[in-house]
This record gives sequence, structure tokens and C-alpha cells, in this order.
Amino acid sequence: MSKVIVVTSGKGGVGKTTTSASFSTGLAMRGHKTVVIDFDVGLRNLDLIMGCERRVVYDFVNVINGEATLKQALIRDKAYDNLYILPASQTRDKDAFSKEGVGKVIDELKESFDFIVCDSPAGIERGALMALYFADEALIVTNPEVSSVRDSDRILGILSAKSKRAEDGLDPIKEHLVVTRYSPSRVESGEMLSIDDIQELLGIKLLGIIPESPAVLQASNSGVPVVRDDDSNSGQAYQDLVARFLGEERPMRFMGPEKKGFLQRLFGT
Amino acid sequence: MTSDTHRAVEIKGSMFTLPVLRLYSADVQEIGETLSQQLAKHLAFFENAPVVVDLEHLRDDDGVLELSTLATLLRCHQLVPVGIRHGTEMQNAAAIAAGLAVLKGGAVPTAVTKKQTEESPRVEAPVLAQAVTRPTRVVRQPVRSGQQIYAQGGDLIVMAQVNAGAEVIADGNIHIYAPLRGRAMAGVLGDESARIFTQSMEAELLAIAGNYQVYEASQPATLRGKPVQAYLEGTQLLVAPLL
Repeated sequence: MSKVIVVTSGKGGVGKTTTSASFSTGLAMRGHKTVVIDFDVGLRNLDLIMGCERRVVYDFVNVINGEATLKQALIRDKAYDNLYILPASQTRDKDAFSKEGVGKVIDELKESFDFIVCDSPAGIERGALMALYFADEALIVTNPEVSSVRDSDRILGILSAKSKRAEDGLDPIKEHLVVTRYSPSRVESGEMLSIDDIQELLGIKLLGIIPESPAVLQASNSGVPVVRDDDSNSGQAYQDLVARFLGEERPMRFMGPEKKGFLQRLFGT
Repeated sequence: MTSDTHRAVEIKGSMFTLPVLRLYSADVQEIGETLSQQLAKHLAFFENAPVVVDLEHLRDDDGVLELSTLATLLRCHQLVPVGIRHGTEMQNAAAIAAGLAVLKGGAVPTAVTKKQTEESPRVEAPVLAQAVTRPTRVVRQPVRSGQQIYAQGGDLIVMAQVNAGAEVIADGNIHIYAPLRGRAMAGVLGDESARIFTQSMEAELLAIAGNYQVYEASQPATLRGKPVQAYLEGTQLLVAPLL
């Protein structure tokens, strides 16, 4: 049974596309045939982060309009041959999405993929609604700050009311909380909300905490999803997140302040 | 072995919420067609559901309603007709003949209520009828930012948090067995006796019968995060600790 997972947040700039890229790559790294779809028509970024921007010929909107076949539009990842990207259109606008059109493409993808990851645009407009409409599960990406949590709450309300599962009266979408750009030292000093605060406000299960790290920006710029960076704590945190999603038990890491090195402790810096 | 304490039956009062089928036509065939369409959408929900037939909106020129035929029709649609209300004397007699109860009260025009009380001062039926017309809406999921829940004609019970930016509204009382962080408006049709209860007072705004109060994060400092109730004294909205 293939699963459709939406990565969404309401608010922009919290790390949806970074999470989509690392989550889908992580699933592929563990042997699952995965496709990641960019729903951010007009502001496409996923292809950049996945490092395939120069190989985009046809896009999602072309497929919906019947101007290209899925096979023509899907881009195979260079590193993992069981990972595909369906890029967004940079030139169209979001009105190109119709429920029927998107549904047809997702049904076709279900025939050959284990996981279909939908990278949602920010906001609660058509693109975001389309990205979540067909979802079975959802990753709610939230930063440890009040406005981001509020927007995630809004999106959770929309998930429970406007998704296909809600309309058809099926089991509700399974919701997972992903806290990104988490900085333990700033939580300790009271500048950021703690994990407990966020969980209390949103009331959904925590799937992973991604610590703030320069490795994320570096990975985005070089077009290699950070989950492939075994040396960075963000990369390891995404690997843990994927493992937990697949049902493995893994302790939450990176919640406390970073341990200071011996010399730093000695000199108190 | 029968002792005095062992009884075969016991009569107890209990309140139920029943769906009401409001008739706008006395034509049983037309009713049947409309029912088929409406029930098709909610098949599982109404299966074997008890219903009360409301005759208030039937006009004299609609013709005579065959109550026993209607009862058979309802049973064919997997509904269980339990009684009628707002019937004329003739309809009431026909209902009893057809094995249906006659329910009194509810949203009866005042003149009628008065007449009834004059005729029989000790009517117990209005208690039952009140239960029919004041359904309670129960919400078990969190009410999230941007969502609005309205309990029309009755009370609202929320078993999960009401988050900032969410609105819960009721014609009657509001009970929230979790933190209230958004807005709550009770008695919106003007019921000044309505109250709001919450397990943790973190509300942005409370209102009863149109009298509202906004709360900054810092106030009321002593009650913040505590179980409270809100009620009206005159036009003053008061918040007091529960227990």
C-alpha cells in the first residue's frame, strides 16, 4: 500500500522544502521507492535543494494538462535510483491545479511508488490545499516560535476539515510534529519555545527535532539534502526522523545544549 | 426468591436528544421521496434512529395527514417514529390511535402553552420536550486556530483544547474540559443565565449574551491557568474560580 504524505506548515520559511527533500531522500536511502512532488507553483525550490534544477524539462502542471506524460516529467535522483522528483512549474500559477487533475496524477504515482511526498507551499491557498487534500499522513513543520505554532495549528484544523479523508469520512490524517531550527541554548535562555510548550499547544505526537545548524544551509546551496550528511547533527536528526516514521524506536537527540569541548570548558567560552 | 428490594421494573426519568422530522407537506408520497434523497447522504447515522414528527409547519390547506401511513413509511426508511408534536387535537388523537406518543412543549407559541396549562395545570411533558429542543453538541477533537464551532439551540461541550484564534459559540452554556486559549461566547441569542466553564483559563475573549471582556496575557493574573467559570451579574461579566 502506497502512502501519500504532505509536508506542510502554514507559515513560510520554516523548513518545509528542506524537510521534504531530506525525508524523501531518507526513505529512499532505506530502500523505499519514493517520489517527492513540489506543489509550490511559481516559486519552485525543491529541485534546487535536490540538486536537479538543470534537468527539469517538463513539470507537474504539464502532466496535469496532458502536455507531458508522468514518465517524461519525473526526474530520477543522481544518488538514489529509487528516488524521483516531480518539479513544480515556475511559469504557471496555482490556478492550474484542479482536484481531478492532481488526483489523477497521484493515483498514477500510487501504482509504482511506496511513498508519495507532497511538498506544500506556505499559506492556506489553493496550492497548499491541493498538497494536503489527498494525504494519508502529514508532517507538520514548526519552528519554536509563537507565530509558527499558531499557523501550524491553523493547518491542523484544515487537515481535519478539508482533506479528502475528512470529506469521505475515513480515518483522519495521521499527524506528526517536526520541530525544525531548534536551538537548545536559546530555549534555555527563554528566547524560544520548548518542545514541551509546542506539544502542549498543538497536541500532536512528536516525530523529530531538527537542530539549527549551518550544515542545513550548506546542504541547500550545494543541492545535496542534509540527511545525507552523516557528520552533521541535522543530518543525523533527519535519519532518526525517517527511522521513527518507519516504526523504529529511537531516542530524541539534540534536545539539550551542545556539550562543550574540553578546552572550551577549561576557558569558559 | 423474591425480596422487597428486588423489583421487576423501575420507573425513572431520563432526558434524550431526538432528531425531529419537520413536515412541510401532508402528502405522504412526497415526504417519502424527499426522505429517500436526504437519508441517502446520512444512511448509517439515521439507521434505526428514533424520530419525532413535528407538525407545526403544516397548514390547514395541506390536507389531512395519514399518520399511520406516515409511520409505516418511516419504518420502511429504517426510522423508528416515537411521537408527534405540535399536532391539532385531531392529529393527536390519530397519533395515539397509531401507537405514537404526543409530545408537548418545546418551542410552542406562548398562547398555546398558556391554554394547555390552564386546562391541565400539572403537565409533566414539558420537561421531556425541553430535552428534545435543547441538544448538546459534544466536540472531542481540539478546536484549532481559525475553526469555529457553534452549538445552535443548546449547550456546547468540548473535550479537548480550544486554541488561540479558535472560536466556540453556543446558544446555551459552554463547558471546556481542557485549556481555553481562544474565544468563547455563550448565550449568543441573549440568554443571560448562560455560563462558561473551563479547566484552564487562558482565554483571549469571553462573552455572555453579548457582554464581552478581552483578556491580555497578564490578566486576570490570579486565575490564569486555573479552572474557572464565567457568568453575568447585570451586564458585568465575572470570572470566578471553580471549587
